[in-house]
Amino acid sequence: MNNHPAGEERHTPAPNTIAQGFKDCAPTLLGYISIGLAFGVVAAASGLSFLEVTLLSWLVYAGSAQFIICALLVAGTPLLSIILTTFIVNLRHLLLSLTLAPYFTRYSVGKNIGIGALLTDESFGIAAVKASKEGRLGDRWMNGLNLTAYISWGLSCMAGALFGRWIAEPEILGLDFALVAMFIALLVLQLRHIPAGKLRGYLLLILLTAALMVIFSSFMPAHTAVLLSTVIAATVGTVTIR
Amino acid sequence: MTTTSWMLGLIAGCCAVTIVPRVLPFLLVRSVKLPAALLRWLSFIPVCILTALIVQGLLIQPENGRRIAVNWPYVLVAAPTLLVAAKTKSLSASVIVGVVLLAIVRWAM
Repeated sequence: MNNHPAGEERHTPAPNTIAQGFKDCAPTLLGYISIGLAFGVVAAASGLSFLEVTLLSWLVYAGSAQFIICALLVAGTPLLSIILTTFIVNLRHLLLSLTLAPYFTRYSVGKNIGIGALLTDESFGIAAVKASKEGRLGDRWMNGLNLTAYISWGLSCMAGALFGRWIAEPEILGLDFALVAMFIALLVLQLRHIPAGKLRGYLLLILLTAALMVIFSSFMPAHTAVLLSTVIAATVGTVTIR
Repeated sequence: MTTTSWMLGLIAGCCAVTIVPRVLPFLLVRSVKLPAALLRWLSFIPVCILTALIVQGLLIQPENGRRIAVNWPYVLVAAPTLLVAAKTKSLSASVIVGVVLLAIVRWAM
């Protein structure tokens, strides 16, 4: 395969099927559904109509950006400022897509556009773990993963907007932690495929990223802090971990 | 079931600025062969961005002039979630344990 990031360890790949992608997406569903419902509730409370919530969830399809759009709408922000903010919030997708794109160069342009258009933090995390485990990614698997996430997000947002009044606060149930818990597990799984000799370097890199996040978050928006911490830490890793 | 042309314009604009960073790299890598150094750099992105997203979740963003704060219930639950993830290597188990533990912590507080 061409243009392909080095995977240190190769396992027998799971089948490249939509069904396998659906199966591998399952652990993220609790996060998508609870946050999607919460978004629908918040959006309806911010004065968005059901049609607007539906369009936003299926066309923008970006959790944190959708919440920020609602907050800006309530604050009466001008159109171009909201679009610019959305752009900055979603700029991190550039990194996610650039990391995964080399695995899909053997597929058609159309397939690549479809895969890229539905990439999220969560589907990226699962695909990155699979890529470091198996050294390759399949189109049907990726589409199964992406579509499962996309459809559950869209439907959850719509349900939240429709039935928001009858849904208990997700906070009481602890569901708001689903996303963080999943990122923690994805990080652990990602580290399993690091060769033992490099593990110390990676752990230091994690500490560095965390420290940068705490520093940057105190004086800049969270999404910019994520972007900047990641770029700086990855650069330090490239230079120091051999 | 209503909307305005202003809202449609907003949603279309937000859709465009979101889809471009998502799709552009997939088109770029087809025509440009990425240099080895960039591929090496990209190999660090998953660990770094996952860490950054976790820390973002554990912090409470400062609002109107207040200082950044730690989300202590989250931090408290993050530790056992990490152990479960390391022990079981299961995403589902980690998510369920994390959510249940946070519900218990909230109930106890």
